[in-house]
Amino acid sequence: MFKILSLIAIFAISVFAAGDASFEAVQRDLNIPAIIMFFIFIVGTLGITYWAAKKTKSASDFYTAGGGITGFQNGLAIAGDYMSAAAFLGVSGLIYLKGYDGVIYAVSFLVGWPIILFFMAEKLRNLGKFTFADIAAYRLGQKEIRTLAAFGSLSVVILYLIAQMVGAGKLIQVLFGMEYEFAVILVGVMMIIYVTFGGMLATTWVQIIKACLLLTGVSFMAVMVLYHFDFNFEALAVSATENHKDGESILAPGGFISDPISAISLGMALMLGTAGLPHVLMRFFTVGNAKEARKSVVYATGFVGYFWIIITVVGFGAIAFLNSADGAQYFVDGKLFGGNNMASIHLSHMLGGNAFLGFISAVAFATILAVVSGLTLAGASAISHDIYANVINPNATDEQIVKLSKITVIIIGIIGVILGIAFESQNIAYMVGLAFGIAASANFPILFLSIYWRGLTTRGAFIGGFIGLITAVTLVIIGPIVWVQILGNAEAIFPYKHPALFSVTIAFVGIWLFSKTDNSKRGKDEKEMFRAQNVRANTGIGSAGAVEH
Amino acid sequence: MEKELVERIENNPKYQELVSKRTKLGIKLGAFVLVMFYAFILTIAFNKEALAIKVGEGLTTVAFPIALAILVLSFITTLIYVRRANGEFEDLTNDIKNDVKDLI
Repeated sequence: MFKILSLIAIFAISVFAAGDASFEAVQRDLNIPAIIMFFIFIVGTLGITYWAAKKTKSASDFYTAGGGITGFQNGLAIAGDYMSAAAFLGVSGLIYLKGYDGVIYAVSFLVGWPIILFFMAEKLRNLGKFTFADIAAYRLGQKEIRTLAAFGSLSVVILYLIAQMVGAGKLIQVLFGMEYEFAVILVGVMMIIYVTFGGMLATTWVQIIKACLLLTGVSFMAVMVLYHFDFNFEALAVSATENHKDGESILAPGGFISDPISAISLGMALMLGTAGLPHVLMRFFTVGNAKEARKSVVYATGFVGYFWIIITVVGFGAIAFLNSADGAQYFVDGKLFGGNNMASIHLSHMLGGNAFLGFISAVAFATILAVVSGLTLAGASAISHDIYANVINPNATDEQIVKLSKITVIIIGIIGVILGIAFESQNIAYMVGLAFGIAASANFPILFLSIYWRGLTTRGAFIGGFIGLITAVTLVIIGPIVWVQILGNAEAIFPYKHPALFSVTIAFVGIWLFSKTDNSKRGKDEKEMFRAQNVRANTGIGSAGAVEH
Repeated sequence: MEKELVERIENNPKYQELVSKRTKLGIKLGAFVLVMFYAFILTIAFNKEALAIKVGEGLTTVAFPIALAILVLSFITTLIYVRRANGEFEDLTNDIKNDVKDLI
């Protein structure tokens, strides 16, 4: 523990040093109250991590917090995972930039939840153990399914991670005036410390506390904004249109979702993607039974729905306040300092001064850390649990698995840092949209069909699943954002920003086709086994009793 | 799971009742959410102007109450589902477990 503390001390010093170095360049004072607030948070969450590390003994503790989390706690933790930096900073930034188009994201991010509850949650709980691959691998070939699931999970995790890294880097840049690259590296190191020492128990508790603080902080902001307009939304809308260059058009869907294909594709990605997010699916295994799993979805939906409502107020508040004459201090060379993703951070300063800025920044940072930790953990379990323990070395001990997880965490952290730097100027809500698109194309079809379709075979799942994953990843790479904006090519090969409509369809068709044409003995046996799986999925009889410890 | 257990559960009328009731409820509520959401998305895709209609005298458009309604209704559907699932369906599940206690 002493080692960790000294490591943090070194980083704290380097933060200040870097802050001083770039002080002139960005014309920002070091904000002492905000920074004190910030460090109280960091130390607090490290305390939780330390406590959790002492309690984390087995692989089950590390991945699923021993299954002893209640429905309410889990609901908060799921909501915490979902109210990521991308959600908080990205969607409020998107509303600040584009008005109502940001609200479309908010709405689409929620509707996946009821669908998960009605069709997936309890079946996941009844069939799974640590990762969602456990479910698909219940009657299908372990090696193939786990390899596929691991690739799917890692693609989603890394893309999602980039969005969080960009948010965190910008935040640290704004708060400390330090270089963006430094900021991203700092986040990477902090994340690695959290996850390697604390595991799921620590990330769950950090997530729960953070969810409460974030909801409180953003509620306060929304109330302050509305208070200013005598709790009259119309007055806020009028002020926002007066202060935005696009005027009244910000109050209706506009150009950000420009063509029908993109709109449908985005809607599909956000809705189905929720049911394919490895770090969220993992949370269904941290509760004791199906009853608690169901309850946790209700709590999560309630919290997240409420969050989107107040974020909408905050986003329009940001337009009204930051673009007014008083908001000029937050602009450098005509651009919002730190980019549009920082709109709600600047708004917090305008509404509540330095102390509130510190509070919101600290919460936002804790948000990022908690989400990246959860994500990294999901990525690590894909490698260590799915690939290593089930494919490479079935006789692996708990100790070996946990050790490999920790190594994976470090590698994922490094990848996240590098890509976070490359994607610096992207809107993070959009980035998350892409991660959802991949989850919807790679993980969701396999999971859904393995629960509901008797005819699914290993061959169909493996070939079709990889076709879906490769299609989704390829279309993202040759699409407008990566191909043109990141790689600097003149024109995108694939014209649409969101590939889900195509890649999800291709995945389902591929899986269906290769299952249907599978006449092997093995395929037949797998169809036979559906009956037993279905009984267990429906009743929970024979499932791993996570709570019995 | 052994074949005998699977068969006994499958032939249990309570199991059939559970599966059919739960599937029906899920499909009903799921269809409601899907139709509501895709009506919203398709309106954005094909007839954006419909969402730019003003509510009353002010500038606020109908797009805002519609978004709010989708958020609130999504939450309410989860409440309806869980109320039944954690009551009626949970009781049925426990009955089924009791009926096959000797085999587990």
